Amino acid sequence: MQLFLEQMLNGLAIGAIYALITLGLALVYGILRILHVAHAAIYTVGAYVGLAIFSSTHSLALSVTGSMLFCAILGVLIERFVYYPLLKFPPYVPLIGSIACLLAIEELCRMVAGPYILSFPAELPFPSFTIGGIVISSTLSAVYGISAGVLLLLWIITTKTELGLAMRATSQDMAIASSMGINSHWIISVTFMIGSAVAAIAGILVGIYYNQVYPTMGAVPAYKTLALIVVGGLGSVPGAVLASILLGIAETLLIGYAGIPLPRDALAFIAMIAVLLWRPQGLLGGRR
Amino acid sequence: MSDYTITIGTFIAIQAIVACGLNVIVGYAGQISLGHAAFFGIGAYASALLTTAGGFSFWGALPLVLFITGFIGLVLGLPSLRLKEDFLAITTIGINFIVVSVFLYVPFFGGALGIGGIPRVILFGTRLRGTPFLFLCLAFLAAVQLVSWLFTRSWSGLACFALREDEAAASSMGVSPVRFKLAAFILGTAMAGLGGALYAHFMRFISATDFGFPMSVMILSMVVLGGMGTLWGPVLGALVLGMLPEVFRPLTEYRMFLYAALLLLMIRFQPGGLLGESSLARQIFSRLKGGEKE
Repeated sequence: MQLFLEQMLNGLAIGAIYALITLGLALVYGILRILHVAHAAIYTVGAYVGLAIFSSTHSLALSVTGSMLFCAILGVLIERFVYYPLLKFPPYVPLIGSIACLLAIEELCRMVAGPYILSFPAELPFPSFTIGGIVISSTLSAVYGISAGVLLLLWIITTKTELGLAMRATSQDMAIASSMGINSHWIISVTFMIGSAVAAIAGILVGIYYNQVYPTMGAVPAYKTLALIVVGGLGSVPGAVLASILLGIAETLLIGYAGIPLPRDALAFIAMIAVLLWRPQGLLGGRR
Repeated sequence: MSDYTITIGTFIAIQAIVACGLNVIVGYAGQISLGHAAFFGIGAYASALLTTAGGFSFWGALPLVLFITGFIGLVLGLPSLRLKEDFLAITTIGINFIVVSVFLYVPFFGGALGIGGIPRVILFGTRLRGTPFLFLCLAFLAAVQLVSWLFTRSWSGLACFALREDEAAASSMGVSPVRFKLAAFILGTAMAGLGGALYAHFMRFISATDFGFPMSVMILSMVVLGGMGTLWGPVLGALVLGMLPEVFRPLTEYRMFLYAALLLLMIRFQPGGLLGESSLARQIFSRLKGGEKE
């Protein structure tokens, strides 16, 4: 029983990390209808920039803010240079552009930082708990705390503020939103900034959680998160978060107990096809 | 020609065959597929297993290989009847990942070790290697191009074009989406299977990682870059993307980066493909043609 609960808690942490990465992707898909594969590259860059600032200043706060800022700028650059001019083409054109971006940025990381696995020796300032004999380490509580905080903040931004209203209007119909006086290109850029900054947090968190930062750390999340936004309902942010957490738990439990002979990376896609057969619009997606 | 050139040429010819197959699905029928490497892999594994464990010759196995990949293409093409655009794109990615993990984890397919000891192709009593094998691949490529050309001229091809442009309008005119989409899937995946069989007998050793998602991206990039829905686009795309890494080979350290950056620039500034509508090549060509008339 104790082992089961510990597995659950680990699964929840992995799910929370997936949620942070998937979030930006769901936001971008909601607004531009583009499969933003290069999001995983931003997440990798986030981890590297965070590590670089951390090793020179030894301040985690500086490292997180610096990395968020850098990634926000990178995200907007990708949007302005690659996606926006390609919007009028069929969706596979920006998708290939996005994949090329992912490869180029991964290679750039390898060229700058080397092909090695770097360690991220930061201590997160979070307490550890012991509840009923089950220890929640400070890393775990940091993952829970930070992801809950980020999710709450994003929920407030998208539902309670004027900016969130403009974002939702732009994602529903860009032309009409523009005619209502919303600067929709600026809203798109803001969406990329938010999504990319959250990806930077996810990158740093993963770097510390596994104590590993390496150039291809984005390769598996890049495609797994695509499956997750489909399972959640394309463009539905709450659905994406729910799907991420469910997958994190399912992966950990299935690998811990069932011992199925499939790698965990195929699991997301099997779940995805099953969900699509049962609910083609995704877990929380509306009918289109 | 040196062995090096022949090897690169053979790879390009094989990839061009697979890209032509994808072009039938994506370019002619308008069904996005990001999992084409799965069928390339299914063809390679089918041919490898039939010739090593089954005792068939390459030529005996080939019709079976085409049938098997075409049939699996038919089954896995079924989602395209229900799913549109992005959903279909992600589902085909999923199919690619699942097929690769089946190859990797089911002992029948050799697991992580793959399949080795695949015999060479024997034609008129000689084992084909080097230049003759390159010519064999080119001959198959010519056959694939001929079939593609016939397909665009056939009733099925016309029906596919109509479905690609406007499915609702076409189906109200009596063009069955089910029949012609699946026909395109069968034809396209069988071509990928042919490419896979050639690949297996060229490499003589295959493993699941050769047919992963990056390969699918590469094949789709070839089709899009060359010009989707054009006859020669996929071949040109395979040639360009197959040669680029070799051109950049002296720059070992920066090679993959330059490759990715160039792909990005090409898709950014020629999104219709090098031979597609409103491409630079097409504009120059039509200007030359217009000049002659005047």
